[in-house]
Amino acid sequence: MKKNTIILLSVLGGIILLGLMLFGWVTGMYNSLVKSDEGVNQAWAQVQNQYQRRVDLIPNLVEIVKGYAAHEKEVFEKVAEARASVGKLQVTPEILNNPQLFQKFQEAQSSMGSWLSRLMAVAENYPQLKANENFLQLQAQLEGTENRIAVERKRFNEVVQEYNIRVRTFPTSIFAGMFGFGQKQYFQSEPGAEKAPKIKF
Amino acid sequence: MDFSPIKRITLLLFLLLCYEISFSQQNDNSIPTINQRVTDGSGSLSSDEINSLNKLLFDFEQETSNQIVVLMIQSLDGMSLEDFTLRVCEKNKIGKKGRDNGVLLTIAKDDRKIRIDAGYGLEGALPDAISDQIIRKIIAPRFRQGDYYNGIKDGIEAIILATKGEFKGETKRNSKNVYSLGTIIIILLFMFLGGIMGGGRRRYIGSRGAFSSFPWWWGGFGGGGGGGFSSGSFGSGGGFGGFSGGGGSFGGGGASGSW
Repeated sequence: MKKNTIILLSVLGGIILLGLMLFGWVTGMYNSLVKSDEGVNQAWAQVQNQYQRRVDLIPNLVEIVKGYAAHEKEVFEKVAEARASVGKLQVTPEILNNPQLFQKFQEAQSSMGSWLSRLMAVAENYPQLKANENFLQLQAQLEGTENRIAVERKRFNEVVQEYNIRVRTFPTSIFAGMFGFGQKQYFQSEPGAEKAPKIKF
Repeated sequence: MDFSPIKRITLLLFLLLCYEISFSQQNDNSIPTINQRVTDGSGSLSSDEINSLNKLLFDFEQETSNQIVVLMIQSLDGMSLEDFTLRVCEKNKIGKKGRDNGVLLTIAKDDRKIRIDAGYGLEGALPDAISDQIIRKIIAPRFRQGDYYNGIKDGIEAIILATKGEFKGETKRNSKNVYSLGTIIIILLFMFLGGIMGGGRRRYIGSRGAFSSFPWWWGGFGGGGGGGFSSGSFGSGGGFGGFSGGGGSFGGGGASGSW
């Protein structure tokens, strides 16, 4: 009888131990997914910061260009429209899992960038504006911001890559879906531009 | 920690994969490794000029721990200037880790392009507009006359002044005030933290070898504090040859220009 008890307890102990190990393993996997996911959210926040920085430059830019070229109405209207569109965008991390929403985000920001370029290009026809020190400073700030945006997008893509690999590789992939971790979107490079649009002439 | 063999194998494979990815991203031979504070791949500067600039930058780094690096290349070979300089900054990690106080001045001779990149920690003292002014008003005019040495030297001096909050440019930017306010906040923070951490910190600060543990403001700005930095910390004791990045990071801030 003693022998049977020992065997029974050993088997029971073995099962419990196995169960604990399994639990530990799955917990570890879940936690690493959470960490990776938070890394992506943080990178996303950085991207948002730089896009916001760009939007913050708009009032001064519009003001100075209007000071010299008030009748270039179309550009001012389009910039205002683009700005409004960008302001209405959903930017919570949920959109990172949603290809359509993410695409929409990218397109709106891309449009914003194009119209800002056009705004700056107006100075081509106004030599006094082009030589204005405040304009040149704002131009430098805008270029710096566009570069920062490009850098944060690049870093965001790198973080998303790590996360997506984690989610897709076996055996984490089994549990990722179960835990609600889906693949996330990448920033696509805009056609014809491998870096931030060159605004200086 | 968990000792499941499956997890270990997965982890190993994952690490190998990460290594592969990071290795292939960084193993780009066209991005130079920087070993000197002034590197001239275009043969525009004499060795005396390079030495003199090296000394200028070495002294500045000794005094403030800010790392300014000058890289002059013959040509970008079609690569984008901003892309190139960012990769140089990231590969060489200019500036001190945590302080991110690095500056890279890049000149591409054939392309006639100049760029100043400021690390995160110096974006307040050296904002994009100031970098842009330094390029446009100081460096480019001298380069147009073929005077590379003075263009670089005066540019560096302007950058140094900016980091000390003294380069006014030609506008009413409040860069000096922002710099001072940020510094005061950082001082207060360190004092507060120092108070929490207690007496053990005091002994550490006194030790000469603990160079990298100094708060960046200690003995640095405003000429206060005196010399806690040992000059031997840059490898070969005899002078200012030899540079290695301190782990600083960059966010893409700075300005580009041409001449």
